[in-house]
Order: sequence, then C-alpha cells, then structure tokens
Amino acid sequence: MEAVVFLFSLLDCCALIFLSVYFIITLSDLECDYINARSCCSKLNKWVTPELIGHTTVTVLMLVSLHWFIFLLNLPVATWNIYRFIMVPSGNMGVFDPTEIHNRGQLKSHMKEAMIKLGFYLLCFFMYLYSMILALINE
Amino acid sequence: MAQPGIPAARGAAAGLQAQNGAASAAGSPYTNGPVQNTLMSSSQGYDSQLPGSYPRPMPAKTLNPFSAQSNYGGSQGSGQTLNRPLVASSPLPPSLQSGPVPQMPLPTSRNPAATPMPSGSFLPGANPPPPLNWQYNYPSTGPQTNHFPHVAQPTLSGNTNLTADHQYVSSGDPALQTSFIKPGSTLPLQNPPLPTTFQPGAPPGPPPAGGPPPQKTPPKAALPPPFNSTVTQEGITSHANNGSVVAHSTYDEIEGGGFLATPQLINQNPKTSRSVGYAYPSLPPGYQNTAPPSVAGMPPSSLNYPSGPQAFAQTPLGANHLTSSMSGLSLHPEGQRVVNLLQERNMLPSTPLQPPVPNLHEDIQKLNCNPELFRCTLTSIPQTQALLNKAKLPLGLLLHPFKDLVQLPVVTSSTIVRCRSCRTYINPFVNFLDQRRWKCNLCYRVNDVPEEFMYNPLTRVYGEPHRRPEVQNATIEFMAPSEYMLRPPQPPVYLFVFDVSHNAIETGYLNSVCQSLLDNLDLLPGNTRTKVGFMTFDSTIHFYSLQEGLSQPQMLIVSDIDDVFIPMPENLLVNLNESKELVQELLKSLPQMFTKTLETQSALGPALQAAFKLMSPTGGRMSVFQTQLPTLGVGALKPREEPNQRSSAKEIHLTPSTDFYKKLALDCSGQQAAVDLFLLSGQYSDLASLGCISRYSAGSVYYYPSYHHQHNPVQVQKFQKELQRYLTRKIGFEAVMRIRCTKGLSIHTFHGNFFVRSTDLLSLPNVNPDAGYAVQMSVEENLADTQLVSFQSALLYTSSKGERRIRVHTLCLPVVSTLNEVFLGADVQAISGLLANMAVDRSVTASLSDARDALVNAVIDSLSAYRSSVLSSQQPGLMVPFSLRLFPLFVLALLKQKSFQTGTNARLDERIFAMCQVKNQPLVHLMLTTHPGLYRVDNLSDEGALNINDRTIPQPPILQLSVEKLSRDGAFLMDAGSVLMLWVGKNCAQNFLSQVLGVQNYASIPQMMTDLPELDTPESARTIAFISWLREQRPFFPILYVIREESPMKAAFLQNLVEDRTESALSYYEFLLHIQQQVNK
Repeated sequence: MEAVVFLFSLLDCCALIFLSVYFIITLSDLECDYINARSCCSKLNKWVTPELIGHTTVTVLMLVSLHWFIFLLNLPVATWNIYRFIMVPSGNMGVFDPTEIHNRGQLKSHMKEAMIKLGFYLLCFFMYLYSMILALINE
Repeated sequence: MAQPGIPAARGAAAGLQAQNGAASAAGSPYTNGPVQNTLMSSSQGYDSQLPGSYPRPMPAKTLNPFSAQSNYGGSQGSGQTLNRPLVASSPLPPSLQSGPVPQMPLPTSRNPAATPMPSGSFLPGANPPPPLNWQYNYPSTGPQTNHFPHVAQPTLSGNTNLTADHQYVSSGDPALQTSFIKPGSTLPLQNPPLPTTFQPGAPPGPPPAGGPPPQKTPPKAALPPPFNSTVTQEGITSHANNGSVVAHSTYDEIEGGGFLATPQLINQNPKTSRSVGYAYPSLPPGYQNTAPPSVAGMPPSSLNYPSGPQAFAQTPLGANHLTSSMSGLSLHPEGQRVVNLLQERNMLPSTPLQPPVPNLHEDIQKLNCNPELFRCTLTSIPQTQALLNKAKLPLGLLLHPFKDLVQLPVVTSSTIVRCRSCRTYINPFVNFLDQRRWKCNLCYRVNDVPEEFMYNPLTRVYGEPHRRPEVQNATIEFMAPSEYMLRPPQPPVYLFVFDVSHNAIETGYLNSVCQSLLDNLDLLPGNTRTKVGFMTFDSTIHFYSLQEGLSQPQMLIVSDIDDVFIPMPENLLVNLNESKELVQELLKSLPQMFTKTLETQSALGPALQAAFKLMSPTGGRMSVFQTQLPTLGVGALKPREEPNQRSSAKEIHLTPSTDFYKKLALDCSGQQAAVDLFLLSGQYSDLASLGCISRYSAGSVYYYPSYHHQHNPVQVQKFQKELQRYLTRKIGFEAVMRIRCTKGLSIHTFHGNFFVRSTDLLSLPNVNPDAGYAVQMSVEENLADTQLVSFQSALLYTSSKGERRIRVHTLCLPVVSTLNEVFLGADVQAISGLLANMAVDRSVTASLSDARDALVNAVIDSLSAYRSSVLSSQQPGLMVPFSLRLFPLFVLALLKQKSFQTGTNARLDERIFAMCQVKNQPLVHLMLTTHPGLYRVDNLSDEGALNINDRTIPQPPILQLSVEKLSRDGAFLMDAGSVLMLWVGKNCAQNFLSQVLGVQNYASIPQMMTDLPELDTPESARTIAFISWLREQRPFFPILYVIREESPMKAAFLQNLVEDRTESALSYYEFLLHIQQQVNK
C-alpha cells in the first residue's frame, strides 16, 4: 500500500516537473520575444489549475497516509499555490496577466517562482523515489 | 536644413520661418541619395565591411541634376500636404507637419512579405528607392492614388533585383529602363568575384542620359551573400538559407526586434565577413590610414579602427568632449545652490518652469530632443543601480511622441539606416568613426554607412553622412518602405457606437454628437478611402446599412445579444465620400429616431463585440458613447460604489470587476482597432471596469459627469469642444512603438494606454497627438565605461493618408558618478509626473492610502538621501537641492489632485477618470492639472510682454496657489490645463468690469459666463491676447469660466489652491514641517 502511494506521488511529481519546465520555457520565450504576451499568458493560465490540483492532491495524500514530514514539506508550496490562485484580482485574466506581465518585474518573479518550484519538485521526486524503494523493500 | 532640431513649440517662430524657408529654398531637402548610386550603394554600402575601400565613386557634381529633379520628402513641390484640417474656430497654429509632405504612393512592387524570393535577391541597400525617387519626379504618378500599392503593382518576383525593380516602377521613362536593364539582366547571383578595382574615373552618368556604364555590373552581382544576411537582419523578411521566405505575422519583427529576434541569421554572419574580407583586399590610398588592410578579414564587431578622418565636423562624443562640457556647465549658477525651504518659501518661479538642461556639450545639446517630446526624470543618469537606489529618485522617461509639431523633418529615403544588431535608427548621437562607418550609440556595434547615405540632399554634397538630416535632427520622421508593412496600409475607419437607451436620450447628447459629426465630416482625417459606420444599442443592437443607391439609411436590428452577429457583410462600414449624403441623412435623423424609447437596459458588452467583429477585417477607431452602467449580456456590471465610504481611502473599488473588457480590448488590439470611450453619465458607471476597453486598446477615455443638455451647459460646451478636437485631430493607425535605450539600461514598467506585446514593443492600434506615455527604467549594468547614454523611441504608424511612417525621437544624456550630480540634474516636473503614474499603479494594486504614503515617502526618502549623503554640514531646516525645490510642492499638489485626494467630494468614477488622465496625459497637461498656473489679470501691462507676429502678449507673473495671493479687488486667472477660470473679486476695479468683462457692475456678471466680449479697449485686448496665447499652447480648447463669489465653479477654483489647508489635507507649510521632521529624524 505504502509503495502504491509513493508510486502515485512519483508519477504526479513527474508531471509537475514537466509542467515547471514548460512554464520556464514559455516564460523565457516571452523574455526573448519569441511569443507575445497574450499567447504566453493564455498558454500558462491553462496549466495553473492542473498544477494546483496535482500538487494539492499529493499533499493531501501525504496527510491521509500519515507521512507528516513530507506533508509539512509540501504544505508551504501548496498554500502558496492556493493563495496565488485566490488572490488574482477580478479584472485580471488569470495568474498570468498579459497586460501586467511586463510591468514591475513580474516576468522575473514568475520566472524565479517557476525555478524554485522546479527545484522543489525535483527534491520531492527523489524523496518519493527513495521512499517508494524503501517501501518496496520493506514489503 | 539650416538649423536642425525641433525648435521649442513656442517662442521660436522666427526660427521656424527661417527653417522652413531654408527647406523650400533647398528644393528637395530630404531626398535620398543620388539615384545613380543605386548600383554602387548595393555593392559598397552594405557589402563592404571595409568602408571606403572603393574610391569615392562619383564627384558630387554629377548628382545634382538628379536631386534637383526629385522632390519628395518635405519639398514644396508635390501638391498634397499632410496638414490635417484644423478646428475651424480654434486659434491654433497649424500644428502638424510643417512641411508639405507629398502624398506618396507607397513604394510599389516590393512587397517582401507577399513575394516569394530566393535568398539574396532582396537587397535592402539596393532595393529601396532609387526607383521611388524617380517615380516621384513624374507627375504622372498621381498623388491621389490610394490603391494598395502591393496589390496594384506587379510584385517583385523571384530573382529580380533592384534593377528589374526599376523596370516596373519607373515605367514612365524608357530611358531609365534601358539604362538599368542591362545590369539587371546580367545578374547571376553568386558568381563573379568582387572586383577589386572600381573605376573611379568613370562616374556613372545620370541614368536618363546614358545609363550607367556596363562595368558597374560586376560589383552589383557580387552582393548576394552579404545581402542575404542583411535582409534577414532587417527583420522583415526572413530568408532561410534555402531561399524560402517567411513572412512575419506580427509587428514585432516589422519594427525590428531586439538582439534575439532573428536567430536564423547567426550562422550567416561569418559568411558575410568572409566575403567581405575577400572582396576588398586592398585599400585605396585615401583610406589606408583609417583601415589597415590587416584587419580586413575580421568580423566587423572586432574591428578596431582608429577614429575617422579629422575632417569630420561631427564632434566625437568622447571623453575629452565631456570634460570640456563640464567646464561649461549649463546649469545656471543658481543650480548648485542648496535651498532651505522653510526659510525661502516663495520658490515658485514667476515664469513657467523650464525643464533642466542636460549637462552636455552645447554641440550635442543643441541637437537633443525637445523636452516636450521626450524627457527623463534625471537629466544626469546615475552610473550604477546602487547610486540610483541611493538617490531614491525614480528613473524614467516621459514621452509625448505623437505631439502635433510645427516643424518636423520628413525623410523619404530609400534606405533607412539602422544599426544592424539592435535596429536603432541612425541619430545625431552616433559616432562616425570615419566616412564609412558609424558606431551605434545604443549597442556600440560598428555599422557601415550605406552608399546612398553618403550623399547629403540638403547641401547636395557627397561624402557628408554626418550632415544628413537624420544625423542632424533628434526628431525625425521617415517614410517607411514596404518592408515596414505587414499588410497594405489600412484605410482610416471610424465606427461610432451610440447608446440610445432612455437614459441616453434624456441627456440629449445625441444631438450634440450628430451635429458635431455633421459639421466635421469633411474634416475627419482621411482620404478617399475613409470609411465610416454607425451602430446604436439599447437592449438590442442596431446597425445601419448605408449602401450606395439607397434612398435612406436602412436600420437592421439584432436582438440576439447572447450570440451577436453582423447582419450583413457589407455596407455597414461605407466609404465616406461615396455615401456622404446617406451618412448626413442618418446623422440628421438619428437624434429623432429614439425620442420615444422606453428601453432602459444597456447591452454595451454585446454591442462592443459586434463593433469588434465589424472592425476586425480593417482595424480603425471605435468611438463608443455610453451613458449608464451596462446591464445586459456579457460585460454587465453591478454598482459597486458606496457613497458613505467615499471618504475613507481604503476599500474603494479601483480595480475592474470583470476581465471581459480587458479581453475584448486585447482582441481589438490584435486587430488594430482602438476603442475610445465617452462616458456621459449621471450615476456610477464603473469606469474602473469600462475604462479597460480603452486602456489596453490604446484608446482614450472622456468623462462628462452629469451630462445634460439643459441642466448642465458647462459640460455640454466642454463636450462639444473636446469632441471637435477629437474628430479632427491627427490620427495614426496600426502603430507600434519601441523604446530602446543604451545597453546597460532597461525598461521595466510602462505607463499609458497600450498593450505591451513583448518586452519593449508597445502595441498602439491608434495613436493620437494628445496621448503621453511614461516608462520606468533601471540600471542593469555599470555604465562606468560610457559617458553618454541615449534613448530612442520609434513610432511606426499608418497616417490617415495611408502612408506608413516612422517617427523617431532620440534623447542623449550624460552619465554621472556622484550623488550630488544626480540631484543637480533632477527634473522635478518629470519626477512628479512619473511618481503620479506609479502612484496610480500602486492605488490599483494595493490601496489609495498606500499610494499616498508612497508619494510622501518619495519626497522624504530623496531629501533624506540628499541630506545624509551630499550635504556635509547638518544644518537645521529643510535643505533641498535647487533642482528639487518644488518637489514637496508638486507632491502636495498630487496629494490634493482628484486621483489621490481623500475626502467626500470625489466620486469614484471621477477619481478613476482622473487616474486615467494621469496615465494618458502628456506631462505638460498633467502638471497643469496638478499645479495650475495663477495669474493676476486685472492690471495687465505691456511690461515684459512677448511679441509674436505683431501681437503683444502680456506676461503676468505666476502666483503661488494660495488664497493669500488673491485679493477682493482684483481678478485672477487660473490656468488648469483643460479649463481656464477667471475669478473676479467682489471689489474688483470698475475699470476691469467695464473694460474687460463689459458689465456695469459686479452684480451684473452673468452666473454662467464663458466668453469675454471683444471690447475696443486696451485692457480687453491685453486680456484676450493673454488668454488666447494660453489656449494656443495646447491642442484642445480650454473653456474660460468667469467665476464670481457665489458661482458653483468657485469650489473647483478654491480646490486648486493647493498651498492652502483643506479639511482633510495639510497646507504647504505644514507639509514642509512634516517632511522636515521625517528627514531630520
């Protein structure tokens, strides 16, 4: 059972890693003028909710399966994701707003955020992998 | 031109005349290089990395016959001018382009985007317009041809090169054809080795006479490889190596992207330099000192040439230069002074505040951009971000790029010379290393001077690239060739969308609008292609078919507002010329059509969607008139204002409640349509949400609270005047603007009405002369190794005559390394303007009180920085640098401005409108609305008066905005930008009442007086001369209100007295004390 939980987390984490990489690539495309702000933001906004769901699921799963340490590790990131999602002003077109993204260094902060998340997901990935192997051995 | 540079808008009349005179005398001031140069230009200008390796190909003399013939670009010859019709009643000077600008059929037959071309065949250096030049010479090319050039003309096909091009274009002249066919036909693409000898002894004769000698062919044929890369770098048509053409689909590339925009070229560059190295193994003696052969094969970027021949008149912008400029500090002696504001309270100058002059050598400064068009908050740029942070002053630019100019040099050049890596336009601040190379002042790349650029059309001298108009004017306009078009220039399209619900009919605005439109129908900027359309809406949407041949307009009603559609594909937008009668008939009948309506709902959202659908094939301008909160369909809004909470600075709704309008605006922007919103509403209409439609589509917002045709004549008059200006002012379509700055600086925030499409590209579906923009910058890299930085804004637009034009402004500023110098160069008006923009952003993202705090902190922080870092002795009092002596005053004025004030008297919509204005107004107007000018006018005298064109204009001193400056026995004029208020004191001299106002006594001043009678008295003449002089300085027509003791306008007058204490705000002295307390902490 333990192993299944971690296997699922592992796969989920893989998806999140891919998503982060996608975010980074798209944002750097915007930075380099390969795509315009409108299409960049509509691409990214599409994936904000899946990312949120994906990550929250793992977090909740860890809570349910009583892996406190991993749960606490995930909690800040999950909170941040939800906070960011909720705090979008009503007039904005999503977390990424094409009219704002070039202002006040937003692009840079989005980029930084995506980088940090990528690092975090990578860390989680190895943690889940380790835990899964451990669980398999124990069984 | 005799005297380059844009003269200050006023006070330079004499200078202007001289310039214009010079222009006309010169015959063809801005023609491009000599026509005969074509071939050589292609071979030399671009091809050669080693400039000057050919001997000077022709003596200047041979050119003359040609240039004398060609008259385009600002010459007087070709009939049509671009002057927009001006408001008939307005006393404005003709404010648009000075020069008669020929109506130019756009370069035909060269449409790279539409024409498949094998690599190398499209020669930027060569292709442009020698043919064009000729074409203009022939009257047969009617100036009125308004076809889409590309479509109408055979397009350049496959291998045609420049010469073939001639065939098409200049078909009017057989001599030309024959002369150029020959070289063209021998045009094998890659073959002949570059000739190392070019016969200088055989300068090409004027083509019509005999055609160029055949030996010119080889150099031409040798170009292809280098050109291939050049073309791509033009950023217009990307040739892949296999020869296929990629037509760019966005404007990003058109105006020219940044460094990374054309990745596919990278591998071509080595080729270029290789071929170059091969091509020019030996140097003619004349140039050997400048370019030693040993470096011939190196890539251009690594070329390290000694600086050019000393013969160059252009002063090198180098270090020695700057030091010499230091000695001649242009700062007035007072500039170094430290002011104790608590002691010297009367710091307001009695004449209008002049922007500080950058501390540059006068040779450079005299070329610099007019501060009204382009100005920087710090005229001395700090060397590092650390220094900037220390100064606590915002670094940014304020632009008014499309301002109506009295005098604007227009260049019709075949080659628009731009830096090959950063796409900067050549400007007065570039460095000419020698005759053949210039160094970009933004990215420091060394570029070649194209052959055509060597010829100066003004002096008709060859070999003076540094005397060309492009290098002598910081503000210049280019006629863009077809590479700058993604599609044929759009026709001017105007769509009017009227709210005709019950509420709207009640206000009676439709009468005014229709009357105004009828009066100005012929003055709408445009040409024979102008299209107009009309829509009305209440709970349904009404279209009007204006098909030619109909006896009267036909109304079509779409009631399905959930899924709007266009009821007929054509005839909703019609050619104004062809259907003028129908349009006039519609405008006459429209106000009567809905008088009985009982429909109270408003389906603005669906109407906008329909309008967008109607406009999307062409783009253009939508003018939307709305009188209430939209209540039906998509985009319906709910009232959010809570009157009781007006006073508190928290929790007011400054953010839009829906993203519908923003999305639609971005859609419009994508289709080159702009939406201008006229809101005439008594109740709350959620301008915060509605305004988005204009803000992101580069439109403008007009707001007339409580408009009513009978009850509110003040608003009616204002509306009519502004509408008239709106309808008749110049307009640019499908525009993009890019702001470039010297490497090391970067723009991080933009303010204004537009959509920032990519890092530095602003998308402006419409651009109008009354819009200003601002950007904030940061210093990314240390600027220690450079003394000067430059900023360039390039606005590419389609004029209402269907020409594609580029207006370029370049500003050059010195870099400084000490905090003191940064403070000395601070431009207090620009800083206040930028802070206002930033504060608007802050109030939207955070809250109004945050924004107010930030404004106050900006003063405190910068003055503390000055105190702690610059002042050596800690004196008591509030010590400020002279340059910032008005900073606290202006910030206090901002705090009392409608956008940021607290208190119950600001309605939410009015506040938001004021914020829109802050973002969209050019700095001059923003400063006038924030800190109006106050003059005493009952004792005007001719002392110190200006004399302009035989008119004597008295110059009363500007007074501080305080009640203590008013007196009951005087009359005071307040100039608040869009309104003028004449306050007449109770005991005003009888003389003034009778001689100026034309009334018997104080009591008989009418309640509502907006005009001064023209009396035959010297007092009246002076007052009227002064008021009309004030009005002439701005493009719109400010209305004059005469205010007496019990007028309703009195509150507005008193509110503008910002130095006084109000119920919720400090007086100026209290504010200074507060600042002092904080600074000295």
